[in-house]
Amino acid sequence: MTTPDAAELRRLTRELLAGHPPADTPVADFLTARFDAGLAWVHFPVGLGGLGAPRTLQGAVDAELAAAGAPDNDPRRIGIGLGMAAPTILGFGTDEQKRRFLRPLWTGEEVWCQLFSEPGAGSDLAALGTRAVREEDGDWIVNGQKVWTSSAHLARWAILVARTDPALPKHRGISYFICDMTDPGVDVRPLRQITGEAEFNEVFLTDVRIPDAHRLGPVGDGWKVARTTLMNERVSIGGARLPREGGMIGTVARTWRDRPDLRTHQLHQRLLALWVDAEVARLTGERLRQQLAMGRPGPEGSGLKLSFARLNQEISGLEVELLADEGLLYDDWTMRRPELVDFTGREAGYRYLRAKGNSIEGGTSEVLLNIVAERVLGLPAEPRDDKDVAWKDLTR
Amino acid sequence: MSTLDETHETRPETFPADGAPDLLYSEAEDDLRAAVRSLLTDRGDATASLARAESGSPYDSALWTSLAGGIGAAGLLVPEALGGQGASHREAAVVLEELGRAVTPAPYLTSSVIATQTLLACDPDDGGGGGDGTAATALLGDLAEGRTVAVLAVPLATGPDAPLPGTAPGGVIRAVADAATADVLLVLGDDGLYAIAADAPGVTLRAQTPLDLTRPLSAVTVDPAAFAAGTRVAGPDRAVAAVRGGLLAGAGLLASEQLGLAEWCLAETVRHTRERHQFNRPLGSFQALKHRMAQLWLEVASARAAARNAADALATGSPDVRLAVAVAQAYCGRVAVHAAEECVQLHGGIGMTWEHPAHLYLKRAKSAEIALGSTGAHRTTLATLTDLPAPRTPQE
Repeated sequence: MTTPDAAELRRLTRELLAGHPPADTPVADFLTARFDAGLAWVHFPVGLGGLGAPRTLQGAVDAELAAAGAPDNDPRRIGIGLGMAAPTILGFGTDEQKRRFLRPLWTGEEVWCQLFSEPGAGSDLAALGTRAVREEDGDWIVNGQKVWTSSAHLARWAILVARTDPALPKHRGISYFICDMTDPGVDVRPLRQITGEAEFNEVFLTDVRIPDAHRLGPVGDGWKVARTTLMNERVSIGGARLPREGGMIGTVARTWRDRPDLRTHQLHQRLLALWVDAEVARLTGERLRQQLAMGRPGPEGSGLKLSFARLNQEISGLEVELLADEGLLYDDWTMRRPELVDFTGREAGYRYLRAKGNSIEGGTSEVLLNIVAERVLGLPAEPRDDKDVAWKDLTR
Repeated sequence: MSTLDETHETRPETFPADGAPDLLYSEAEDDLRAAVRSLLTDRGDATASLARAESGSPYDSALWTSLAGGIGAAGLLVPEALGGQGASHREAAVVLEELGRAVTPAPYLTSSVIATQTLLACDPDDGGGGGDGTAATALLGDLAEGRTVAVLAVPLATGPDAPLPGTAPGGVIRAVADAATADVLLVLGDDGLYAIAADAPGVTLRAQTPLDLTRPLSAVTVDPAAFAAGTRVAGPDRAVAAVRGGLLAGAGLLASEQLGLAEWCLAETVRHTRERHQFNRPLGSFQALKHRMAQLWLEVASARAAARNAADALATGSPDVRLAVAVAQAYCGRVAVHAAEECVQLHGGIGMTWEHPAHLYLKRAKSAEIALGSTGAHRTTLATLTDLPAPRTPQE
C-alpha cells in the first residue's frame, strides 16, 4: 500500500464525515469510526488508528474535522494515554498489546495514568524501589508506592516502572509494565495539595499480579522504554499555540484594564515587563512550531516549559498583589477532586498556589536546566558515583 | 556549535501558510550570513577591532568596502531601481546579527538602516512638500553602494517615539553615533530634513569619549550657513515621520545586533567553561554554572524569536510593527547585557582584562540597551499600544 498523501487524507476525512454525520452520531461512535478510518493519528500503522502517513498531515485532518463540527476526544482527560502511553505502546508493544489497548485509549473509553514517581524517586526516577518479582508461572508480583499520580482515581490502566533486579546498577534492573488499576492490590488515595484540592493521588501497590503479557519491552530494559515515554511527555508540554495574551497574562491584563483603582506605578513596571516576557515566550513557541512544520525540530522546546513555569509563577504572584485586599482572601479550601487539571481556573490565590507546581511537575526546572546545559550546550555532566553501583547498595 | 547557531533552515516560498510572522531564516538569508561571517572572520575579529578603536579611527574602510559594496549589504533596504539590492529588513537583520557577533565597528545600523530608511520615506516625486526628492534618491543610490555614509543627526538614545531634538540651528546635538565617519549628515531643521555634507562650512564635530569603543560618538553643531548649503530632502510635513520611520527600523533591527552579540557571549562562555579546569573538574560541569548558562541559552533562544518577529514585521509592513519592535527592544537589550555580564563573570579574572574581548561586548551591550530608546521607553510605548495604562496618580 502506498503512503496516502494530503488529497487521499482529505478524501478519507470527507468519507468519514459523510458516513457518520457529527450532528447525529454519538461521540463514542464517531471517535471509534475515526480510529477505524485511520484518521486518529495518521502516522500510526493501518489498523491501529493510522494510515502510515506523514505525521505532518495530521493538522490538516484535525482542521477539517473541527471545521465540520466533529467531536474530539478531550486531550486533557486522556492526556497521559495520548501523550505518553500510546507512543510507548506503539514503540515497544506486541501486536496483541497494540490491538488491545490503542483503540479504547484513543476514544477515551479507557483512561490511563502513569505510575512512575515514588516518594524516594522523583527527579532521580531511576532510583525507584517498587519491586516486581517473577512467579514460577511467569507472572509478576508488584509491591511498592507511587506518588503524584494524576487521574489514578479515574484510570483503567497505568504504565508502570518497577525494579526487577536490585543487584544491577539502578538504570539496568528496571522493567516496564501495563498495570490494571482495577486489580484488588491497587489502592488509590487522594493526595491533598497546597491548593486544598486533591488533584493527584498516592497509589499503593500490594501484591499486584501483572501477567507477563502486560510487560512492555524486554525484562531489565525498562529504563529505555521509560525514556521514550518521558521524551513524549516533554514534547507535549508547552505545545499548545497561544494567541497574544493567551495565557495567565491575559487574566491580569484584564484586571488591570477593568480596575483602575488597583493600579500602582511599581506594579505597572512589573506588569509591562511580564507582558513582554509572555509575548516573547509566545513567539518562541510559534518559532518552534514553524521549525517543526519544516521537519526541523529546534531545541527551543526544551526551554518552553521553563519559560512558562516562571511566567505563571511571577504573573500569578503579581495578580495576588494587584488585588490588594481581595488578594488576602481565598475562594474555598474545601477539598475537591477535580477531574481535569486547570492551571488558570478559579481565582488568583488558587492560580498563585497551583503555579508553584509548574516548575516541579513533568520534570523540575532544575532537571530541565541540566538537560539544556548538557544536551543543547554540550556542557559536561557532573561527576556521579551511582552509575556502576548495584541499586541495593545505594544510599537511600 | 550547530545548536547555538541555526543555519540551513529551508522553507517553501509561502511560509508560514497561516499568515503568522515568518520567524525562521530563509536559504538566501543563510547564504548572506555565511558571506558576512566569512568576511568578518577573515578581517574583523575583536582583537583587530580593539586595536583600531585605540588608534582613534575605529573603522576599517577596506572591511566596509567589502561588506557594503562587495557583499552588497549596504543596499539591502534600497529598491533595485534606486541602485540597491531590493531585499528587506529580514536580510539586513541577519547582517546585523553577524556584526553584533563580531562586535564589528561599522556604520551599518546608522547609515545602511536608519539613514537609508529615513531617506526612503522622503517622497522622491513631490519632494515631500518642498524637499528635493531627487537628491534623496541620488543619495540612496550612493548609500546602497557603500560609497557614501550618511548619519541621522539625533542622539543615539533617541527612540522611535521620543521627542525629537529641537534642532535650532547652532544647537549642539550630543552623542550622535558614527558622525565622525559620515560623509553626509541628515539634520532636522525648523522647516524640514536636510542632507548636509559633513565637511560643509558650519558643521562642527567634536568627538566624545564613548562607553562603547566600537561605536564612536560625536557632539554635532550645524550652523545656519550649513543648512543653507545643504539640500532639503523632506519638507516639514514629511520630515518627522521619515525620521521616526528611520528610528523605528533602527530600533527593530538593533534587536538582531543584540541577538548576535548575546550568542557570541554565550558560545564563548560555554567554550571557556568546558576547557577551563578548577577543583580538578571542568568549570562547566558545576551545576551552579550550568544552570546560569542554560538560563542564558533560553533567553537567547527567546530573543531570537523576538528579533525575527520585529525584522519580519518591518519587512512586511505589518500593522503590528510598532508593537513587534517595542517587544523586541524591551527584551533583547536586557538579554544582551545579561549575556555580556555573565560572559565577564564566568571568565573569571581574564574577563576583566583589556586583552580579552569580553569587555568590548559588555560595552556594546550596555550602550545598545540605551540606544534607540531604553527598555523603559519601549515599555511605555507598549503600555499605550496594549491599553495597559499607568496609574493616574503621579507616584505612589
